[in-house]
Amino acid sequence: MTTETKTPLVSVRDLNVKFVSREATVNAVNDVSLTVQHGEVLCIIGESGSGKSVSMRALMRLLPERRAVISGKLAVDGQDVLALKGKELAAFRGGEAAMIFQEPMTALDPVYTVGHQIAETVRRHTGCSFEEGLARALELLELVKVPSAKRRLNAFPHELSGGLRQRAMIALALSCRPKLLLADEPTTALDATVQIQVLILMRKLQQELGMGMIFVTHDLGVAAEIADRVAVMYAGRIVETGTVQEVLTDPKHPYTKGMLSSTVHGNMRGQDIEAIPGSPPDLRALPTGCSFGPRCAFADSHCLEQLPPEVMLGNDRLARCFKVDAAPAAADAGSVPA
Amino acid sequence: MVKKAYGFDKPIAVQYGIWLGKVLTGDFGMSIATGRPVTEELFRALANTVMLSAGAVIAAFSLAFVIGTFAGYRVGTPSDRAVTGIAVIGVSIPNYWLAIVLVIIFAVELNVLPATGMGPRGSETFNPFQWDHFKYLILPIITLSLIPIGIITRTTRSAVAEVLNQDFVETLRAKGLMEAEILLHVVKNALPQVLAVMGLQFGYLMGGSILVETIFTWPGTGFLLNKAILTRDLPVLQGTILILAIIFVTTNLVIDLLQTAVDPRLKR
Repeated sequence: MTTETKTPLVSVRDLNVKFVSREATVNAVNDVSLTVQHGEVLCIIGESGSGKSVSMRALMRLLPERRAVISGKLAVDGQDVLALKGKELAAFRGGEAAMIFQEPMTALDPVYTVGHQIAETVRRHTGCSFEEGLARALELLELVKVPSAKRRLNAFPHELSGGLRQRAMIALALSCRPKLLLADEPTTALDATVQIQVLILMRKLQQELGMGMIFVTHDLGVAAEIADRVAVMYAGRIVETGTVQEVLTDPKHPYTKGMLSSTVHGNMRGQDIEAIPGSPPDLRALPTGCSFGPRCAFADSHCLEQLPPEVMLGNDRLARCFKVDAAPAAADAGSVPA
Repeated sequence: MVKKAYGFDKPIAVQYGIWLGKVLTGDFGMSIATGRPVTEELFRALANTVMLSAGAVIAAFSLAFVIGTFAGYRVGTPSDRAVTGIAVIGVSIPNYWLAIVLVIIFAVELNVLPATGMGPRGSETFNPFQWDHFKYLILPIITLSLIPIGIITRTTRSAVAEVLNQDFVETLRAKGLMEAEILLHVVKNALPQVLAVMGLQFGYLMGGSILVETIFTWPGTGFLLNKAILTRDLPVLQGTILILAIIFVTTNLVIDLLQTAVDPRLKR
């Protein structure tokens, strides 16, 4: 889609995040590299503890600095995120990149009105007066389709429903026209009907405003709905990437395959769901080999001893597994005989 | 004769009814010891106590709030432990003992501050805005501040630490606020809890302290109560206790209203 010469919106190279405490070191994110182009939606899929939220927070520098050790290169729109300090960091957060959180119940300050919370953000980033900020807040609430926005401007978070609160959160995130929107499971805490409304709204706004977006979820249906590209994370590593079509219809990594076959689809009444046996590894003591190895049906001794490399399967299509074959120059993986 | 003059010949219930009726019209009766109206004695003492407690309230509340917030931001660090240590000392040292120690150090040994009394020429001419008068306030204020500093520091510390653990603080960071602006949010969220404790302490301080006022011979309500107890001056005792109770209840009402003003979730 995009030309190679353009610098990507987000470029993450070899991101490692460790949480160091007296008892143990937790390797939450290991050698994660990913790229997001301008106007593109990347979905990070993974179960709880796979490091997807931690990667997001690293990108926003929201991890506690005393306990989290971050290494690697993080660049958003050419800016080195890890080098930002004080005022620059504050301008970056909410200005260049904004974030939406999972729990709309607790993510807003309970003692300030929704309008106030949006207005102070606008004032912070544009230097306008508080009244101008409130006017912009009203605009934003209308943009995210909050009914009777004028009245909701003076509402406190506890006076709004979960769906409205999440819309207010989105309005807050969009308030300063960020180039990058990070969404950390923004629909997980919502009712199914509200979930789809919010999802459609986010997709629409993303396209209208031309933002890049990283959308974290554990829900494959949500990913299919919103993503351009998908990255699957397992135990702090990206195990497979590709376009949403490729990954969801033709998964290469055994974990992705297992995840897809463990979802309910079509008429499955009376059939057992194929669950992946076992549970994710302890991040305090990762196995030396493939971290999915112990649960993998195809694993052999080699898989358990050595960390599989990232295998290029085509343009922007990767899988971290010994059992997949690198694509030859012709990008059509799978049909080429060995 | 005396029995009749004070109405002691009537049944207790009737005596109480008479007293209550007079109180409602602002007449608290006469002091048995001095023969002067209780209201006169009481309000003079109250004014003196308020002067003292206002100083202690300002000193203790502001200091405790600042160091409590500071410690709440750094839970587990050495500075937090130092503040917590101060707080523990504050609530565990008996203030009458501290009063005596302070007098020994600053009045007897160093001879820089007066040991007792209210002003160089007595309470009638006392003017807290003159340094040689103000000196008389310093030691009692320090003594009275001790307990509220300990209690409010601990409450503020835990309230601030609790608020900092809430998710919305991450949102505040993510939207690019500077730490000072985030502090405002945190403080406003911690305030209702702190206000509740401040209200109680305010009530206690306004009641005056029998021990501290007696040690410093400060002619406030505590001093008055002490004197009234020793001389069995019932009208003074009754009047003083009633007024102190009213102040205490009113303070708590005001605090409850303040809390709803700060935290909209309490309104309903």
